[in-house]
Amino acid sequence: MRHILSVIFENKFNAIPRIAGLFSGRAYNMNSMSFGLGEDPETTRATITSEGDDQIIEQIAKQLNKLVDVIKVVELTYEPFVERELALVKVQSSPSTRAEIMQVADIFRAKIIDVSHKTITIEVTGKEDKVNAIIEMLQQFGIREIARTGIVALKREFQKESS
Amino acid sequence: MAEKKKTDENLMTGSEILVKALVEVGVDKIFGYPGGKVIGLYDVLFRTPEIQHILVRHEQGATHAADGYARATGKPGVVVVTSGPGATNTVTGIATAFMDSIPMIVFTGQVASGMIGNDAFQEADIIGITRPITKHSYLVKDAAHLSQIVHEAFHISVTGRPGPVLIDLPSDILAQKTSYKPCVEMKIRGYNPTYKGHSQQISKAADMLNSAKRPLIYAGGGVNIGLAADELSEIAIRGHIPVTTTLLGLGAFPEDNPLSVGMVGMHGTWYANMAMMQCDVLMCVGARFDDRVTGRLNHFSPASRKIHIDIDPSCISKNVSVDIPIVGHVKEILPDMLKKIKPADSETWLNTIAQWKSEHPLTYKQTDDVIRPQYVVERVAALTDHQAIVVTDVGQNQMWAAQFYGFKRPRQILSSGGLGTMGYGLPAALGAAFGCPDDTVVCFTGDGGFQMNIQELTTAVQHRIPLKIVLLNNGYLGMVRQWQELFFGRRYASTVLAEGNPDFMKLAEGYGAAGIRVSRPDEVDDAIRKGLKIDDRPVVMEFLISREENVFPMVPAGASLDEMLEAGH
Ligand SMILES: Cc1ncc(C[n+]2csc(CCOP(=O)(O)OP(=O)(O)O)c2C)c(N)n1
Ligand SMILES: [Mg+2]
Repeated sequence: MRHILSVIFENKFNAIPRIAGLFSGRAYNMNSMSFGLGEDPETTRATITSEGDDQIIEQIAKQLNKLVDVIKVVELTYEPFVERELALVKVQSSPSTRAEIMQVADIFRAKIIDVSHKTITIEVTGKEDKVNAIIEMLQQFGIREIARTGIVALKREFQKESS
Repeated sequence: MAEKKKTDENLMTGSEILVKALVEVGVDKIFGYPGGKVIGLYDVLFRTPEIQHILVRHEQGATHAADGYARATGKPGVVVVTSGPGATNTVTGIATAFMDSIPMIVFTGQVASGMIGNDAFQEADIIGITRPITKHSYLVKDAAHLSQIVHEAFHISVTGRPGPVLIDLPSDILAQKTSYKPCVEMKIRGYNPTYKGHSQQISKAADMLNSAKRPLIYAGGGVNIGLAADELSEIAIRGHIPVTTTLLGLGAFPEDNPLSVGMVGMHGTWYANMAMMQCDVLMCVGARFDDRVTGRLNHFSPASRKIHIDIDPSCISKNVSVDIPIVGHVKEILPDMLKKIKPADSETWLNTIAQWKSEHPLTYKQTDDVIRPQYVVERVAALTDHQAIVVTDVGQNQMWAAQFYGFKRPRQILSSGGLGTMGYGLPAALGAAFGCPDDTVVCFTGDGGFQMNIQELTTAVQHRIPLKIVLLNNGYLGMVRQWQELFFGRRYASTVLAEGNPDFMKLAEGYGAAGIRVSRPDEVDDAIRKGLKIDDRPVVMEFLISREENVFPMVPAGASLDEMLEAGH
């Protein structure tokens, strides 16, 4: 099962390698890892997706917490959360396919951000499966390059009153 | 002009700042080895009478010596080495300390900041190399940070679950002149180990123990490191609870107490392993359900409900899931628990264990033509009144020392448990002797492991340290040979040392140590007595032992704890 861990840490020298190194050193599964400055400029937030049973994920969270630079680890899996991923997809295009590609982009509410005679670059944002879906749809035209950010996620605050 | 001169005089070099900070945190001994990038630092140490620098003969020796010093005294061990090869030579010692949660600070020289990354002469990315085996590490970027970093590093190393911390010192930082900025406060936002145990969990655990019929305490190195042996004993005695320990937990409960069931695990006692399998409540204190302890995991202690006390939350439910986890420091938790402990109704259980002890004691075959290693350990124990600090190497010698010495007090045995590092014994014994000069320090070692850091004999001779080195010479890499005998059709591939072994007596002599060789059982006592009397240099007591002696009981790898091979197998 896919799990999402949100990790806040002090952005000190060596902190990112220590976090990444845990996954290789302890043979933990890691699907994506994204980093960006947190709400406090001295911290960074990592969003990590991993596969595994609950026990492994608990171990990962504990091991992350043990790192001196790590301030907080939140496992989002069992909480309501919002997630997004951004991808740039560079697709081969010709005058005959251009319209069709743009249509696909439209359906996914993706943006065209660059066009050349032979390519179109599309920016898409959404949940991981939406990004996967558009990539699959674009496959038929020939994908030149893909750059994905990996997932970022936050706990969802708005919740229906539980009855 | 005059004012400018004054401020110049107030400036200190990075090396001076570092040493001042070391004095501040109470360092009085450093184990190390100089080199190009740390000559300036050594120059400052040279004129710092508060700190004794002990020149080892290999950087691995420095780390093991610092480790032995830390295990014996409870204070962090300190190491200084140069960049590149000096730094990489510390890796095994750091990993050894990391696996056994030993506080240690390692200072490594580094090429100048501007050169890092250029493959400069004697450059090594030691921070990268040691990342998975350190609790934390620092690359110093400004000499003004040094005092802060040193204070933080020591704090991190000794608190929570202790461990090694590495500080990498670029040469330009050591030379940099700046004013001393003292460490005013430590604020490490992500580091806040839990000390106090959850009181409800503690009550629940006490209730569980009080109502148990077959309770068992399984104590590990955490009790020794956490200085909580007395607190543990009180619980065991008041609660009528038998105690088994891990290798690193030996000494945390006196083995001559009737409640002691000795060591558990692969080479634990028969009765400890059976008790593990049959207890109905198991309380693990400062141990981590290591595979050498549990045997086959899915058949480990099947009848018990489990309590686990540990300062490191990641140790809890890692290998074995437990019913009552308690995160915190043993020294805080055990006294809280003691208040709630009542005598359990464990008489039948204690009788069963007593019977097991008489039916399946630790034994060996005594002979009068050839020396049995177990006999040597027993005699050393008797003639040192079970009071020596015992340091072991790794292999059969380690297990015989663990099984037959009879430990009475915490921090009495120093052994590489987690990593199983051959070559640990001699340098660790050296470090222990520097830390506890009034104690007798005995090092049990093998003919293989002794040669892995034998150069430290020089260091011991130079400082006239009367180490008692008990070399159990079987002419084999004995522990590996035992596995080959039992599981690989007696094919002794690359485990025969006999033909190639040096003359250990000449070797001892060459180093300036005393040497005593013993080949007959009736000479053993005299030799030990003679060796114990030598007080001005180390002595190598070489015992030519029964060559194919095995360590029993043995839980074969992957077997369950109650599937032991016993002596006479
Ligand atoms: C550095 C290192 N290399 C290899 C091993 C594997 N090993 C474990 S015990 C052992 C044999 C040790 O032989 P010796 O020192 O003579 O001790 P004995 O078992 O004979 O008492 C070996 C090779 C190890 N533990 N450490
Ligand atoms: Mg041997």
